[in-house]
Amino acid sequence: MLTTEALVKELVEKNGRSRNSLMPILQGIVQKEHYLSEEALLSVAKELDLSAADVYGTASFYTFLDTVPRGKNIIRVCKTITCHMKGKDEVINALSNALKIKVGETTHDKKFTLLTANCLGWCHKGPVMLVNDEVYPDLTPQKALEIIEEYGKEAK
Amino acid sequence: MENNLKKVDIIFEVDENNTPYDVLLKTLKRPADEIILDLIDSGLKGRGGAGFPTGLKWKFARNEDGDTKYVICNADEGEPGTFKDREIIDRVPEKIFTGMTICGYVVGAKEGYIYLRGEYNFLLKPLSKKLDEFNEFLKKNKIDYKIYLKSGSGAYVCGEESALFESMEGKRGEPRNKPPYPTVAGYNSKPTVINNVETLVYTTMICRIGPKKFKDLGTSDSRGSKVFSVSGDTPIPGIYELELGMPLHNFVDEFGDGDVKAVQVGGASGHCVPRKKFNDTIIGFEGIPTGGSMMIFNSSRSMYNVLHDYLEFFAEESCGQCTPCRVGCQQLLKGIEAVKRGERPPAYLDDLKKLTGTMKIAAKCGLGQSVGNPFNSIIDNFREEIIY
Repeated sequence: MLTTEALVKELVEKNGRSRNSLMPILQGIVQKEHYLSEEALLSVAKELDLSAADVYGTASFYTFLDTVPRGKNIIRVCKTITCHMKGKDEVINALSNALKIKVGETTHDKKFTLLTANCLGWCHKGPVMLVNDEVYPDLTPQKALEIIEEYGKEAK
Repeated sequence: MENNLKKVDIIFEVDENNTPYDVLLKTLKRPADEIILDLIDSGLKGRGGAGFPTGLKWKFARNEDGDTKYVICNADEGEPGTFKDREIIDRVPEKIFTGMTICGYVVGAKEGYIYLRGEYNFLLKPLSKKLDEFNEFLKKNKIDYKIYLKSGSGAYVCGEESALFESMEGKRGEPRNKPPYPTVAGYNSKPTVINNVETLVYTTMICRIGPKKFKDLGTSDSRGSKVFSVSGDTPIPGIYELELGMPLHNFVDEFGDGDVKAVQVGGASGHCVPRKKFNDTIIGFEGIPTGGSMMIFNSSRSMYNVLHDYLEFFAEESCGQCTPCRVGCQQLLKGIEAVKRGERPPAYLDDLKKLTGTMKIAAKCGLGQSVGNPFNSIIDNFREEIIY
């Protein structure tokens, strides 16, 4: 695996050094490392000749640009009204019990982080969750557990 | 009762003999002014929610001086209850690209961008594949235009056009002051046309079928059809393209479960219409406009929970840059909780309503300005459910 510094350099090469490239660069780091470490933010600031505070300020604005360590697989269960009506609480409870973590926490083995999200745009097929970039609509607690089990196997 | 609901098939219609590519080549041979006149004549208004006349927007951008202009497709569909753009992007992306290219030709832009919300990242791969093919087609036909794909990172407010520009420029997604409007100074402070996904598809289709066929649908204030996202307590949730200007009771007859208490028209930032007003509520610009979100609630639902969900959403998604919205959203949420717990008298709700009035005047963008829509319509119609 690339070091953070090398990854940043690679992303800067690919996207360019202008301010407009900041989002794709930060997104690229999250894609690989699941969050933005202090090292990553400092390195981006240096490469783009921006202040570290400016880079952190931008990153911290966006829900998907995490600045705290996250697990290999990030689960985001939609909590907005229709998913609420269709039983997102049961799905979250099932996941929380199975993974033995609360919403916002990461498992000890760093395989999973459980989060909630605002409307994911699947209101007609709720409850729904994202695992990383993949979407899983029409959930039941049972289905959600089966999906997570598969990810658990892959993440060994 | 007679049901006047008219289903339409324009957005998703596929005609092998008249593909978006065919429409593009044909349209690019026409004078730009003529295309604008067609769009103005069609009466097409923006389908993202705000409803600005599309033809005028293109005309303003065309009239701006400058070598660099941009066309942006707003695919940051984040309004709770809205999911139609995802389906459009998934099923008919070429119609979006075509609309963007025609727009580029009309206003004199050489670059287009699609800003896709981060929650739809699973669409990135298939979409970029189709986009590559399209860009290749442009190159082959010597059309000096290219479309790029950008993604968001989970911020509702970036659906606001100026916040979207900020985000594309690598900054916090904080809305700008207006004016200047995007057609004067948008992305990179250059003249920019920013349209919703669905709007761009309609521009393609108006170029194909002509303004008259479009104009024949709908009412004088709300021309054409619109894609609706139907969810909540309905046996048939999903995406439906319907003629605009329908009375809400027709909609409820078709989609309700027989026990509909209220319909939230226009998403969390829209209006809640109670049963007693179904008969005299028109869905369209003359009545209650919507970006497409129609959430149905039956009598088993607590409207306190509905409002609480919405306020929690706004309190989280407010960008925090202007005080009326940042503090206002939090205080509305805390306020209804306090009234529910009996810590505040019911009359406190009227103070909170005044606060939404302040937010409407003083908030910088549509987010803070529109929180009063759900708040007041739910408080006014379901006051007892909030208090007890």
